[in-house]
Amino acid sequence: MPESYPREHIEDLVDDNLEWNQLHDMMSDFKDADRFQQVRDVLQERVDWDDPIIIPYADHLYVVAKPDGRWVIKCDCGHEFCEHDENWKMDALINVRDSEEAYLEIYPEDMHPHPDYMELREFFCPGCNTLLEVTNVMPGYPLIHEFEPDIETFYSEWIEEPIPTAEPESA
Amino acid sequence: MSTEQNEGESFPRMRREKERVHEQQEQGDGIGWDGQTLRDQFEALEEKTEETGHYAGFEQLELKQNNPIEYEQMFAQLRGDLVNARETSKEVAATPIVEQEGELCYGLFTPEGDSIAVSTGIIVHIHTMSEAIKYMINHDYEESPGIEPGDIFVNNDTHVGDVHACDIMTLIPIFHEGELVAWAGGVNHVIDTGAIGPGSMNVSQASRFGDGAYYTARKVGEDLKLFNSWKKDYPDKTRTPDFLKLDERTRMTGCLMIRDAVKNIIDEYGVKQFKQLSREAIEDGRRGFRNRIKKTMLPGTYRGASFVDALYEGQDNLTRAYADENHLMHAPSELHVREDGSFQVSFEGANKWGWHPYNCTPAAIQGGIWVMLTQTVIPNSNVNDGAYYSCDFHLPVGSWANTQNTETAHAYAWHFLVSAWAPLWQHLSRGYFSRGFWEEINAGNANTSNWLQGGGIDQFDKLHAVNSFESACEGVGARYVEDGEPHAAAIWNPEGDMGDAEVWEMTEPLPFLGRAVKPNTGGAGRRAGGAGFESMRTVKDVSRWLLYEMGNGYMTSDGGLFGGYPAASGYILNAQNTDLEERFENQEDYPQHDLDPESGDFESKINGDITRRPEGISTPKEFDDYDMYLNYLRGGSGLGDPLERDPEDVVADIHDGYVLPRHAKDAYAVVVEKVDDEAKHNSAVQGEWELDEEATEELREERMQERAETSQPVTEWYEEQRERIRTEENLIDDVKKTYESSMRMSKQFAEFYHEFWDLPEDFDFTLSEKAEKSLENRFKTGLKQKWDNPTKGHETWLGVGRDDEPEVPYTWTADRTIQDLPTPDASFSDTKAEPATDDD
Repeated sequence: MPESYPREHIEDLVDDNLEWNQLHDMMSDFKDADRFQQVRDVLQERVDWDDPIIIPYADHLYVVAKPDGRWVIKCDCGHEFCEHDENWKMDALINVRDSEEAYLEIYPEDMHPHPDYMELREFFCPGCNTLLEVTNVMPGYPLIHEFEPDIETFYSEWIEEPIPTAEPESA
Repeated sequence: MSTEQNEGESFPRMRREKERVHEQQEQGDGIGWDGQTLRDQFEALEEKTEETGHYAGFEQLELKQNNPIEYEQMFAQLRGDLVNARETSKEVAATPIVEQEGELCYGLFTPEGDSIAVSTGIIVHIHTMSEAIKYMINHDYEESPGIEPGDIFVNNDTHVGDVHACDIMTLIPIFHEGELVAWAGGVNHVIDTGAIGPGSMNVSQASRFGDGAYYTARKVGEDLKLFNSWKKDYPDKTRTPDFLKLDERTRMTGCLMIRDAVKNIIDEYGVKQFKQLSREAIEDGRRGFRNRIKKTMLPGTYRGASFVDALYEGQDNLTRAYADENHLMHAPSELHVREDGSFQVSFEGANKWGWHPYNCTPAAIQGGIWVMLTQTVIPNSNVNDGAYYSCDFHLPVGSWANTQNTETAHAYAWHFLVSAWAPLWQHLSRGYFSRGFWEEINAGNANTSNWLQGGGIDQFDKLHAVNSFESACEGVGARYVEDGEPHAAAIWNPEGDMGDAEVWEMTEPLPFLGRAVKPNTGGAGRRAGGAGFESMRTVKDVSRWLLYEMGNGYMTSDGGLFGGYPAASGYILNAQNTDLEERFENQEDYPQHDLDPESGDFESKINGDITRRPEGISTPKEFDDYDMYLNYLRGGSGLGDPLERDPEDVVADIHDGYVLPRHAKDAYAVVVEKVDDEAKHNSAVQGEWELDEEATEELREERMQERAETSQPVTEWYEEQRERIRTEENLIDDVKKTYESSMRMSKQFAEFYHEFWDLPEDFDFTLSEKAEKSLENRFKTGLKQKWDNPTKGHETWLGVGRDDEPEVPYTWTADRTIQDLPTPDASFSDTKAEPATDDD
């Protein structure tokens, strides 16, 4: 069991360069203790902006520290959505698949939900138009706020590290 | 066993144990440890657990700490014996369900019913058997009918501890020196339960009275011999008595092997050490669960919602007129990962149970979560009820998830159960993503259907029933690091296997015409959901034969993750009164597949009465020789933006039969060109396609631009939707009935719904007279509870009413601030960090 994988190995994980047998070994092995920090650091190198990543939030999305002390949800294209404890979807672009015609672009006939019973909500980043989430819900369903991480507890109790902060902007 | 019999007396050790128990009873002692009654012992255990925050008060793992090698040896030996019992005993069974699919599981339990170790197999029952034992303790079985050495108990009552009636369990107590030291339990899925329709999970009944025979934690034998009253009872309550008799012998074989294994362990290490191990293993499992969560996830709140359809309006052969309605399951799923790594799970907002066989009990829901967690959080042999002691559940009383009404039907509880747990994969995956454990991320699972079931007079001129477990082999949800595994597994059976066609044909008069990967069943995504498959079956040498379908149709229950799409939903395809026989005789083409439902290929190769419709459920209907039936097994959900998928992978998807060529362009914006009509691949696909890189690049750019042009800001969409809801525009009765049902069940959900859409306080949906009557009928039915004397620990899921605040807090809000997480006091008072164990 590696207490810690070599930096290159974690870079390969982030960059999707690992072979299946390597991934399988990672699944079977005991979990490495510093994975969070390693992945966070590699991701920080990969993005084009300087705001410190507090946590990876979802594919393409991060909670980052801003110089004014706020924590915001930010896309890797640089678009900033909202405060970390808000639902980023409220600030996204949406396309709803709720017709037979729209469903048939993705699914064959008879193999998709009935539009009267279920719609697919596609949420895009307004900055880069990447499809960030698709939810399948009954028409009329509220937006789901899927994840509210308890960042303070995580940093102070679980990994016992200070939460990253951004350098205050110079006047 | 054979050694004992060779001594001239049957089971001499068991007889000596029995005499010892009788001596103690004469002195007024119970069968628990140190002369306690079992109920007293159980209550003391619950109290110690509550007081100390450690299972049975075991704050230290003395055996594990002082003698770790012996601890591991003992646990590994027990675990090995359980697996051995399963592997050996399944050869006794005759059904492919057990013998091929391994729908069998064994557990070793403490006297109080907590699982110490479990075999491989359908480990959902790690906790259902546990509940059945606790039911017997809580209802004073020690007094009547008595719990003694050599007793045999059977249960399949879901309100006692089971998922559905077709999982029949055998439980035997294991004694040592007059004390109950453990229980051995085994459970397997039987072919037919004697329900109103043939098969193990009939779908046409409205209530329990159509589910088939229920055996409520019943003593069926003494001195390791079955009562004649039992032997003369159950065979007539099933269409497949011979199979069930062998199933029972299977379970007895396994239980007796476990009993011998426990006696060997006690002989080797002493009873004191066995008792110590049984306690420590559970406490170790409890700590291991929390440590694993703390190591791999983030504390906080995770939410999701899933839905599935059960459409009965207009179906034939319903047992009650009032069951002629459509049901939609609504499962809001909320997971709190607390500071100490424990779980709180809530289904607050779930809608009312219905007159359909997909209702659940707490045992079913709790069993369901274990079988999932063991495939994700606890991927090791240290699986036991320790994890149960790390979780609090809130299952609203009166909802489909906890009917607390013995009139409800449960024959295929998994339809709702599997669908409702779908968001849990995503909760865990969101935590794994943030923590960097990307190799563990999984978008979800498949809706495990279709279920091909039926029965009648078979090819051997016998009354028979069938239940094809090809459904144990569905596509798996996409991983973050790889595509989902195609036609691989089912959530409820981690060792999923489609079974050999030839073996199914021996027990089912339904010859295979073809079996192939089914395109577009897995959800699209950067990583594609694993594809499902399909079998085209015909019918041969039967009379008065019935078949039916069971699965999702109008809704897909398995959502995609991070931009991936949900798995496809199901449909029904049958053909009756066909010319298949003539086609065989004339050596003409006949349909072997339905790879593309739009192609017309099936219809071009068969004449007859063809039924093709987008629903997933049908009630039993008559089939005759040379009729045809499509068994379509679903795929898993996708992960990530499909436009990020490597275009070459999409070409491979076409050749592998995972994606229809036209969907390369529509779903993935990949342009392909067919370059050969004749080429064959390792799939049912014929033809060769090549990627047009330049055109793909252009198309993807166009598609990104289209997204910007055709989508709208959510704030704008929100205003339109709010107006739609206020005016109830384009919302069908089935959907509105589901919302009303949830709002009447849950004050919290109603407040959230009103608040989110900014609806007037007095807003409610206008329902049809039929829908209103249906809700009224079910809400007025009230509760008919099975547990009338639970211990305190079992009141956790009984004590929450619809007007109360749930013990697991409800945090769905329309405003956008995080709520404080509840303290761990809800289950345990201990918040101290615990040392990591090596079980993860």
